[in-house]
Parts: sequence; C-alpha cells; structure tokens
Amino acid sequence: MVKYIGKRIVYMFITLFLIATASFFLMQTLPGSPIASYNKLNDTQKAIVEKKYGIDKPKPVQYAIYMKNLAKGDLGTSFVFKGKSVNDLLATRLKPSLILGAQAMVFGTIVGILLGMLAALKHNTFWDYGSTFFAILGISIPSFVFASLLQYWIASEWHLLPVGLWNDGWKSSVLPSLALAMGPLALSARFIRTEMIEVLNSDYIMLAKAKGANGFEIAFKHAFRNALIPLITVLGPLAAGLVTGSLVVEQIFAIPGIGEQFVSSIMTNDHATIMGTTLLFSAFLIAVIFIVDILYGVIDPRIRVSGGKG
Amino acid sequence: MRNENEQEKLTPEDFERVTIDAHHSERIEKPSLSFWQDAWLGLRKNKAAIVSMIILLVVIIMALIGPHLNGHAGDAQNLRHANLPPKIPGIEATGFFDGDGKLAGKTVNLYEMKKVDEYYWFGTDGLGRDLFTRLWEGTRVSLFIAFVAAAIDMVIGVAYGGISGYFGGRTDDIMQRVVEILIGIPTLIVVILMIMIMDPGITAIIVAITITGWIGMSRIVRAQTLKYKSQEFVLASRTLGAKDGKIITKHLLPNMLGIIIINTMFTIPNAIFFEAFLSFIGIGLQPPAASLGTLINDGYKVMENQPYVLLFPAIVISVLMIAFNLIGDGLRDALDPKMKD
Repeated sequence: MVKYIGKRIVYMFITLFLIATASFFLMQTLPGSPIASYNKLNDTQKAIVEKKYGIDKPKPVQYAIYMKNLAKGDLGTSFVFKGKSVNDLLATRLKPSLILGAQAMVFGTIVGILLGMLAALKHNTFWDYGSTFFAILGISIPSFVFASLLQYWIASEWHLLPVGLWNDGWKSSVLPSLALAMGPLALSARFIRTEMIEVLNSDYIMLAKAKGANGFEIAFKHAFRNALIPLITVLGPLAAGLVTGSLVVEQIFAIPGIGEQFVSSIMTNDHATIMGTTLLFSAFLIAVIFIVDILYGVIDPRIRVSGGKG
Repeated sequence: MRNENEQEKLTPEDFERVTIDAHHSERIEKPSLSFWQDAWLGLRKNKAAIVSMIILLVVIIMALIGPHLNGHAGDAQNLRHANLPPKIPGIEATGFFDGDGKLAGKTVNLYEMKKVDEYYWFGTDGLGRDLFTRLWEGTRVSLFIAFVAAAIDMVIGVAYGGISGYFGGRTDDIMQRVVEILIGIPTLIVVILMIMIMDPGITAIIVAITITGWIGMSRIVRAQTLKYKSQEFVLASRTLGAKDGKIITKHLLPNMLGIIIINTMFTIPNAIFFEAFLSFIGIGLQPPAASLGTLINDGYKVMENQPYVLLFPAIVISVLMIAFNLIGDGLRDALDPKMKD
C-alpha cells in the first residue's frame, strides 16, 4: 500500500509538472500580447513594460524562473490586474467557488441518492421510471442551458431570487448551486439505482428478510451501505463535471469565482492568471482522483488485498 | 374408445412409450440468430431507444434539409426585419407563434408594425437573420463535429489499445505509462489550452476534443484484447497458422465490436457538449458561423427580451443529448451479454 501511494504521488507530480510545462509553452504561442494596447506603445515603453513583467528575457530563462517560483508556490504576477499577484487574485476568488461547489455536491448527491434508492426500492413502477427519466434529463441537459433557463424563469420572470452577482448572501448562491447540482444529482441517482437493484437481489438481503428485518431496516442498514461504496468511484468524474460546470455557471450568474476568472483571463490574454488557474484546477482534480483511489482501497478490503491498482 | 366411466381405470396399454431419437436431441428449434439479429431483437424491445432513434433521425434529416426549407439564407442580414418573434403559417390562428412580441413592455404584433409579409418560423435575431435556417445549420455543424470527433477517438483508441494489449510486454509497459500520465490531465484543461493556440474553427474544436478523448476507448479495447487473446479460439487459429493481422481482424475485433459501438455512442453526446461549451464561453466557433453552442450563446445574451432565440437551440441540444444517451443505454443493454436474462 505504501509503495502504491508513493508511486501515485510521483505520478501526480509528473503530471502537474507536464501540465505546467505544456501550459507555459502553449502560452508563448498564443496569438496577441497580454499587454493591452501593446501596439500603441513606443519601443522604450515596450522595453519598460516587458522588463516589469519579466518577459524581456529569453524563453528558457523565463521558464526556469517560472518553475523556480512555482516550486515555492508563487504563481507570478497578473498582467491585467496591475501588480497583483496571481496567488492573491485566486485567493479572493476561491471562496464563492468553494461554497457553490460544496453546496452543489452535498445537495446533488443527497437528493440523487434518495432518488436512486426510491427507484431501486420501487423497481419497475412509476417512481422508478420517473426518477430514471429525471436522471437522464440531468445527465443530458448541458449545465449552461439549465442555468440560463433557471435564471430566466426564477430570477428575471418571477423575481424570486437574485439574477446574479455575489452580494445577496445565501440567496445569491441558490440558483448557481442548483444549476451545478444537476450533474452530481443525476449521476449518483443512476449509480445508486443500479447498485441497489443488484444488492437487493443478493443472498444476504434474502437472509435479512428471512430473519424478519423490516423493509426500512433492510433498505438502509443492509442494502444502502453496500450500494454506497461504489459511489466513491464516480467522485472523480463528478468533481471534473463540477469544475467544467463552474466555468459557465459562474459566467452566467456573474459570480466572482475561479471559473469566471479563468474565462475572463482567456479573453484578456492574461498569461500568468491562465496558467495559475489551469494549475489550480489540475491540482484539484488530480488530488480528487488520488483520494478516491486511496479511499476505495481503504473501504473495500478486496481491492486492498489484491494490491490496489486502478 | 373410452367412455367417461372407464376414465379411472388406466391399463398399461393406455401408455405409449416415447422413444428419444438421439438424432433430434441436438436439433435447434428456433432459427439461429446472428449476434446482430439478437442485438436488434433486444434493442427493439427498448421503447425509449427506438423513440430516440426516430427523433435522432428527424433531427439529422432536418439538419440536412432544414436550411433550405423556407428560402431564407442563414447569413442573410436584413436589419429592417431584426428581432422578429416566431410566426408560423397555420399555427398563428391559435394565438401561439403569431408574431406577437413585447415592445417597451406592451404586447404588439411586430410583423404588422414593421410591415413584414414574410414568415420567420422561429423568428429572427438582432441582425435580422432567419433563426430557423440558422438553427438547422448550427445543428448540422454540431453533429458534424460530434461524429468526426467520435470517429477519430474510436480509430485512435482502438489502434492504441489494440496494439498495447495484443503485443504486450515492453510495448504495453511504455504505452500504458504514457496513458497513466495523460489520464491524470483534466480533459477540460487540455481542451481549452489546445483551442487557445489554434485558429478558432471546426478543425480546432475537433482536434481539441480528440486530443485526450481516445484514452477511454484505448483502455477498454486493451482490456478486451487481453481478455480474448488468451482464449482457446485464438490459440486454435494461431496453431492453424493465422498471422497477427488475421487474428486481430477476424477474431478479436468482431468480439469487441459491441463494446466499441457502445463506447462511441457515449462519446458523441460528450463531443456535442464540449463543442457547445467552448462556443458558449466564446472560444469555440466564431461568428458568423453557427453551431448549437454559438446559437445558445447568442440567445442567452438577449434572453430577457427575446427568449425564443435561446429556446429553440436549447431544446434541440437537449433533445439530441437525451436521444444519444438513451440509444447508448439501449445498445448497452442489447449488446452486453452480461445483462442477458
């Protein structure tokens, strides 16, 4: 196990290093300059600006400096927000994204699990078909379509909740969280349904029934707990989906979060911020996948014994 | 001839010995079905999948002929006809799609006000372009991107996974180390980085989607190859002198075809989503080109006053995604022997 974790950590760093390197050199090939109205400056002004942001040196030197700073956790200076470090910029924007992500995750998985259980316990009834159809909708409808519709009906037609921005307390977070929660909700509902149906047909459920355990006890104590374990495996895709969703949903609701920052940095060619955000997202997703793999081995002994690969 | 009174008394003569003919014991009663006939029988029972296939067919046909149906060109601008709501002949009498729209808070018939005699079935956008034509042109582009991306994913994935699994040894080791690193890189990040360095357009989107899209397929194909290549029928074929190429094309691929098709069916909606996603955040297709993503983006901007601009592309993309997912589900149930009862 220790050897496996060690190997995985090495892989994680190789992956992050590759992403940092690739994104650094990709940034250099981008069309356009990060400095606004660059073409209007004269040569002396250009030299001053380039020196200030450290882009006057040869590329390999820039790369070495960037990597050295990165090793210390310094993501560089934003080109657009004058003199502000990318670390500070992202730190102020982390909170809304984290709140939205956490709310969507908690709400989505809980409702999804309940829906999935309902479908499995009432297999092949109206409830089953209804929740399966709902899950298909959740998986199929793109988050930005759903977010736009929520914003149109609930916020701008019925005026129930704020249309956007982040200055109305919890109210601001309801619609974006809902839009983000659809993915986790649908995925976990589908997953729990399949698992529960399988578990409910197993011998130990039969035994529990024979012992005289009531339906509630069977559903929660025996079936649910065993169906829950495999749900951990979809946490990785779920987290990836949340990050993807956050890019558009934060854009739609004008939430000052990381996703919105990423998109606007792309629009303004803010190289340092694009790279910083890319690395932050990548580190987050890689860490989630790592934790999921480890957790799975810890929870399910069968995987741990066989050496835990995958 | 027995009457009812004698019914109770059965004599040994009443019984006739049935002889089992050894020649008939192996006879197959039902006509033998090929794998595909069997799969089709399974799929046919799945109503959701069949309905989805019909809907998908309709959408594809509309994507092909839709732009030519009403005589408006998708890029023809007519500022005098800008921002017209939908008006459909025949249905207009019911009060829906009759050209009524809001102007300064009041409901007025914009067609009468602007003295427009033509019908714009799904309305027009801010530049007076016909949205019906643009919608189906956009659908065509989105479907094209999705199909091409899925096909490329399939070819690369099958080749990579097949080579890695079939030849094994050091080849497999090296190829799998590469995959292990690539799989750690989040798809979204790669897609966005790739699209940023290329000229925006259909090619850029396809390359961006396929650059990591094949990995899932390659892993599945590798696992399947490993499973089948050690089985007896492959050994038998090899003993009879079959070459690698023949074993792969005649024995391994046909066995894996089902799972390859299922996986491809799920990559198509994924590609549709990524194209729309990229276009929605503004780094996908650039105007005046239309795709479902750019149309939704256009519609989102004017959602407040002209919700119909957003409505139609949103419906089409949702229906497409649902249809592909349901067909994928149906195919998985029909083709996966593990699910057979």
